[in-house]
Amino acid sequence: MDWFILQLLNGLDKGSAYALIALGLTLIFGTLGVVNFAHGALFMIGAFCAVTLSRLLSLSHQVVDETRTDFLGNPLKVDVPYAYDIFGETMGAAIIDWAVPLSILFAIPVMILIGVVMERGLIKHFYKRPHADQILVTFGLAIVLQEVIKYYYGANPIPTPAPSAFTGSFDFGAILGFEPGSIIYPYWRIIYFGFAAVIIGAVFAFLQFTTFGMVVRAGMADRETVGLLGINIDKRFTIMFGLAAAVAGLAGVMYTPINSPNYHMGMDFLVLSFVVVVVGGMGSLPGAVLAGFLLGILESFASMREVIDIIPGINQVIIYLVAIIILLTRPRGLMGRKGVMED
Amino acid sequence: MGILDVKDVGKRFGGLQALGDVNLSVKENTCHAIIGPNGAGKSTLLNCLVGKLIPDTGSVMFDGQSVLGRSPHEINQMGISRVFQTPEIFGDLSVMENMMIPLFAKRDGAFRLHAIESVFNERALRAEAEEMLSEVGMLEKQDMHAASMSRGDKRRLEMAMCLVQNPKLLLLDEPTAGMARADTNNTIDLLKEIKEKRDITIAIIEHDMHVVFSLADRITVLAQGTPLVEDTPENIKGHPKVQEAYLGESV
Amino acid sequence: MFGLQKQDAKLLLIVIGLTMLAPFILNPFPESSGWAQFNAGYPDLMQRFVIFGIFAIGFNILFGLTGYLSFGHAAFLGIGSYAAMWMFKLFGMNVLPALGLSVVMSGLFAVLIGYVSLRRSGIYFSILTLAFAMMSYALAYSVLATDMDGPDKQGLLQKGLTGGETGLQLTLSDPRILGQQATDDGNLPVPSFFGLEMRSATELSVGDWVFTFSVGYYFSAVVMLIAFYLSIRIFRSPFGMMLRAIKSNQQRLNYTGLNPKPYTLAAFVISGMYAGLAGGLMASMDPLAGPERMFWTASGEVVLMTILGGAGTLIGPVLGAGAIKYMENILSKINSDILHTWFAFLPDGLEDFVVAIIYPFIGKGWHLTLGLIFMAVVIFLPGGIVEGGRRIGSMFKGRAKKTDAASGGKTVAPGQDPAE
Repeated sequence: MDWFILQLLNGLDKGSAYALIALGLTLIFGTLGVVNFAHGALFMIGAFCAVTLSRLLSLSHQVVDETRTDFLGNPLKVDVPYAYDIFGETMGAAIIDWAVPLSILFAIPVMILIGVVMERGLIKHFYKRPHADQILVTFGLAIVLQEVIKYYYGANPIPTPAPSAFTGSFDFGAILGFEPGSIIYPYWRIIYFGFAAVIIGAVFAFLQFTTFGMVVRAGMADRETVGLLGINIDKRFTIMFGLAAAVAGLAGVMYTPINSPNYHMGMDFLVLSFVVVVVGGMGSLPGAVLAGFLLGILESFASMREVIDIIPGINQVIIYLVAIIILLTRPRGLMGRKGVMED
Repeated sequence: MGILDVKDVGKRFGGLQALGDVNLSVKENTCHAIIGPNGAGKSTLLNCLVGKLIPDTGSVMFDGQSVLGRSPHEINQMGISRVFQTPEIFGDLSVMENMMIPLFAKRDGAFRLHAIESVFNERALRAEAEEMLSEVGMLEKQDMHAASMSRGDKRRLEMAMCLVQNPKLLLLDEPTAGMARADTNNTIDLLKEIKEKRDITIAIIEHDMHVVFSLADRITVLAQGTPLVEDTPENIKGHPKVQEAYLGESV
Repeated sequence: MFGLQKQDAKLLLIVIGLTMLAPFILNPFPESSGWAQFNAGYPDLMQRFVIFGIFAIGFNILFGLTGYLSFGHAAFLGIGSYAAMWMFKLFGMNVLPALGLSVVMSGLFAVLIGYVSLRRSGIYFSILTLAFAMMSYALAYSVLATDMDGPDKQGLLQKGLTGGETGLQLTLSDPRILGQQATDDGNLPVPSFFGLEMRSATELSVGDWVFTFSVGYYFSAVVMLIAFYLSIRIFRSPFGMMLRAIKSNQQRLNYTGLNPKPYTLAAFVISGMYAGLAGGLMASMDPLAGPERMFWTASGEVVLMTILGGAGTLIGPVLGAGAIKYMENILSKINSDILHTWFAFLPDGLEDFVVAIIYPFIGKGWHLTLGLIFMAVVIFLPGGIVEGGRRIGSMFKGRAKKTDAASGGKTVAPGQDPAE
């Protein structure tokens, strides 16, 4: 039983990332009818928001510390972050330590801005073009975004640690009555899952209970009719695109302590997220979330030693295999609506 | 027995009975019109004839063979060509190419891997296409990009694409829908000419009574998924039930 | 001529001329000049031009004609390379049977993958092909690279079918039953065409210019010309017309008595075989095959090439492949020192400023330039380089045809209309 829970938990953090990216992809597809190949890049930019903020906070100046000397006997020069000067030493240290969670506040406006600019500046012009053109232009944009990040941040992964309070692991085994140490799970992954659940809940609540959300949902179901009612959906859809960008960005911010961000992480996730969207059903929000977690967990179970011994390499191909089977047996995915993307 | 025999055909969509016990027989070399108010099941019936829908009950026999369970391209190969409500042509291709494709389909069947020969060398087919194009008065437009033509020209091209296959049965789905009166009259003239010149059976679904009464030899009136009456145009005009169900306002 | 229309024959002759004279044309700058680094006339790069040209020509038969956007064509490239490598290992170093097996194997896989993927269209098709290619990549990387000989044996399959991360390589212990296991001096034999070694080359020095003629390049070029010729025939054939009809209106095609499925599958298989041929040639030029050849970025690259050059046109994919490979190899070599020498004539501050502006787009940043160019092409010039050339051409003629404007972005390229 303990192995089961361990694998389940292991699947959750990847599943959370898939679900969050897939949610944004589906939101954009459902509202705007656009296949956004640059969505992974938004996830990546979110992660680099965290990198940027933690670098900004750690900016420092040199101060000569007369009380200490270096090995040559000269007075020691030490780097003092500006944050210490502004907030005092303890507060400053805490702020630097908490850079990743703080980046959420930083990332939200940045991501919404990027999303809105992207939609107004580029995507808007592709609503009426074929899906192949949308894929191509956003694919080009993804390359550009990723190269810009690579230019400024280099090609190597940049370690961005979680606050020290969360660096340890939680012993589920002891709590659940198994052997202590049998289910060790890092704190940050628990937080990531909780964070994902909150974001997903917030997006659904927003769509369910606000007038804005109602109009967007109506627009997803039947754009023309809503347009005829004299409601300006275009503006709302722009905001929707900004929100989807923010969701992807936040997923990226919080993912940085799990995997050090690099410039191509977006593409790596995008390919899988698309598979997730397709499995969940193009245009279905619950489908995207469900499929995200399902595939994340499935991947985790397929990576077990025992499974790999029976079917070698299954962990590498399981997601694609499931996608192929689902697409062939249930063309609309798990929860897709009729008539979406069917020519 | 006609060339097309529809027997007891029924089709439900969920709780809605779209067609119930439709019986219909189209005689060879006649023009048979199917009329009826909106939602009478005309399009559903048509889709059952061409393989887009499969009826729940009944049979559809064409030329002695069942069409049920066959895909649209197989049914076309049996000798049924269809003209759509909005012209369906190959917009990215030239008019001449639009004509060549049905000719290839007729000569080579549903699939043949002609990957090396040149289309240009198919002189016999080209001549046939040119003949058909001149018949519909479009010979000088043969090099035009099909998508850039007027709607009336697209309709004529589609008609020509169907006729060049020499089908035994031509199905027309509201061929004059959305047309101006002059275009409608042109279409009527064209269809009359086709009827006179060729041995062809035509089944037409139409809203415009002017078109129906100028062309049809027999008319079936469909209402709520079942045939109300079938008769000659003269008798249909005077039929009280029809007047009540359908023609009351239109004529 | 060659069973082609006059215009197509002219195009073919131009392409033949350009490829045969490529060692001269691509080497316009004398060795000692500062521009010599822009010379692309060395065998390694020229081979890449033509090999990726073949890859893109094949991809264009599928995407350009039918509109089905495959994001997994690199799988066939990889399969072609592995097949050729096994031919070298088992039978001998002649490239002809190796290429034969490459084409056959990739064709078989294309039948399988195509049959399944083509049951869906649109983005679903793209995702299915992508999934298949990524599966192939993952398998080649891990499972197929595990020791299949057992721990105590040191045979052929010691590193599995694919060799994993390091790739599939030749070894001295390969059987090569129809050829020699090792050369007389104990080295690995090199791929050859009936004794003509791919690697061998002659140099011709004329003044300050050095031109290299390599067997490998000319062999690949001839294969490319054959592939190009076949693609012209396919474009002009009834089959090619049906493929364009599928892109234009599948419903009408169905109701015209034609079954689109075998047509699209045939197009998929043919383009898969082209990819396999390209993969086999890659292995023939440099006997090594790695799984990265199947990664989705490689699939993306051929999409970029085809679109950049002009999807659906005859010569576009070759131009696109050439442009991208030139950028990858030449643009990426420019560094800031070179930029500084170029702009040395400017005042110091301005020089630094100009260099700082240009720097992100060259050297390692060439991908950024590629992405921007690609976006610009998709947005403003859907017909790619070929369409651009046409527009410039008609600008000079001063009488742009009205039909072009009417058909907007979807202009039929000159090579496309058999009626011309």
